Amino acid sequence: MKVLVHLGCLGPFFWLLWMYRSGALALQADPVNYITHFTGNWALWILLGDLAITPVRRLTVKLAWLIRFRRMVGLYAFFYATLHLLTYVLLFSGYDVPGAIAGLQAHHFAEPWRQLVLVWPTMLGDAEKRPFIQVGLLAWLILLALAVTSPQRVLRAMGGKNWQRLHRLIYLAGAAGVVHYWWIVKTGVRSPMRDTVVLAVLLLARVVYWLVKRVKGQGKAAAVAAS
Amino acid sequence: MLIRRGGGIASSEITPKGTYEAYSTDRRRFLARMGLAGAGVAVGGMFPGMMQAETKLTTVATAYKVDDATTPEAKAKSYNNFYEFGTNKDEPAKNAHTLRTRPWKVSVEGLVAKPQTIDIDALMAFKPIEERVYRFRCVEAWSMVIPWDGYPLAELIKFANPLPAAKYVQFISVADRSMEPMIGDSGINPPYSEGLRMDEAMNPLTLLTFGSYGETLANQQGAPVRVIVPWKYGFKSAKSIVKIRFVAKQPETTWNELNSSEYGFYSNVNPTVDHPRWSQAHERLLNSNSIFPKTVPTLPFNGYANEVAGLYAGMDLRKNY
Repeated sequence: MKVLVHLGCLGPFFWLLWMYRSGALALQADPVNYITHFTGNWALWILLGDLAITPVRRLTVKLAWLIRFRRMVGLYAFFYATLHLLTYVLLFSGYDVPGAIAGLQAHHFAEPWRQLVLVWPTMLGDAEKRPFIQVGLLAWLILLALAVTSPQRVLRAMGGKNWQRLHRLIYLAGAAGVVHYWWIVKTGVRSPMRDTVVLAVLLLARVVYWLVKRVKGQGKAAAVAAS
Repeated sequence: MLIRRGGGIASSEITPKGTYEAYSTDRRRFLARMGLAGAGVAVGGMFPGMMQAETKLTTVATAYKVDDATTPEAKAKSYNNFYEFGTNKDEPAKNAHTLRTRPWKVSVEGLVAKPQTIDIDALMAFKPIEERVYRFRCVEAWSMVIPWDGYPLAELIKFANPLPAAKYVQFISVADRSMEPMIGDSGINPPYSEGLRMDEAMNPLTLLTFGSYGETLANQQGAPVRVIVPWKYGFKSAKSIVKIRFVAKQPETTWNELNSSEYGFYSNVNPTVDHPRWSQAHERLLNSNSIFPKTVPTLPFNGYANEVAGLYAGMDLRKNY
């Protein structure tokens, strides 16, 4: 089962690699745009898939085992979000990838760094000025924090309660991801709607669960008081 | 005399008589027969039954060619913004087959000496077609280098003979749900409207465009006729035009109406005025089959400053973006 989840999560990444190797990626009209959308979409979809685990598991005790995959799927969301960010840094910003590679081959090992320094002002400007970049970066930073604190050891060191509090930020990351999507598309493009609806349903499921639990809790308390 | 003036010229001068008669009764058969007959001065080699196929154009020499490598044809024809056929750039190529480009008439109207309707084949044959290689810069910060086939819009404007009161030219794109089933779905109110100031429209760079890469335009590129205004962002270059209207006041234009802070009426390519959501200082030049982007600095007026900067002398282009 675990292998299947790994394969499912890595599938899109292997697809992208295959597209690169086969040349299909280069034939895309705008390969950078394609990679950006591809990695961004999968980061968000996997994150939404991750957020679906808890509500689905609550449907029946038989699905309780799903919880084992929650952390792993979350890490894959971080993986795609990082690819998405790297696409921006290396391909979108004006970074000269062939130049950096040529530099490495010529044993100028500082060349990749030099190239990064060249595009740094552009990226800094974007981060300062552009709300869609800021909100995307926020989502990635949250996922980074969750990824770093995901090992069992860190959980123990932090204490379960603190850890859980921190990891509730995943909801914020999901919302930030959706907002990031809305803020980059042009007027009239409604493709973020599907993701927004899914996120809303998943968050609503939690509210409903919490309400039901509270009502039941009160019922029990009332029964205890009456007896 | 090749332009058809409101019935002044019999259509038989343009297409064989028998073909024309068939066309009101059975369009498909008409097109097939037209293809067999090789009708139209600049049109030939259309295959029977393939009503949407692009056909070869005969072109004459031109002075307007940039030196950059041209964008692979498949890329230029599969990456299009044409919201009437879907909001993703790969959708128009898949969906635009429903557009029927014959019969097609262009209405020249508004403040002109004599309003008239011109048949597309007559319009194409009106002046020799040049193949110009222009830079094409999208407001989304990518660009292509494309050979466009057409003649200066100025030729048609001179012929139309606008009244002195005409200060702007408006272009209206086709809006027909029977050919564009998705029209309006994006929330953009049809018809698509664009416009130019008269001096911009008269500039020799402004091309009334019927083809690209030596063939008639693919539907997704705005067949059968569009304008190309190479110093402005791509959305200014209206596609699939059915009306050319001469007006006294700056016309309402689609993207400007939709979001005036992001898309100005002028929308000249300008690296110093950012789109509110992204920088316009650079562009991804899509003119190769490499996955690594060529990111190049964007030039004022898309590199056509020598030809057009004078049109805007004394204007604050930060305000008139």
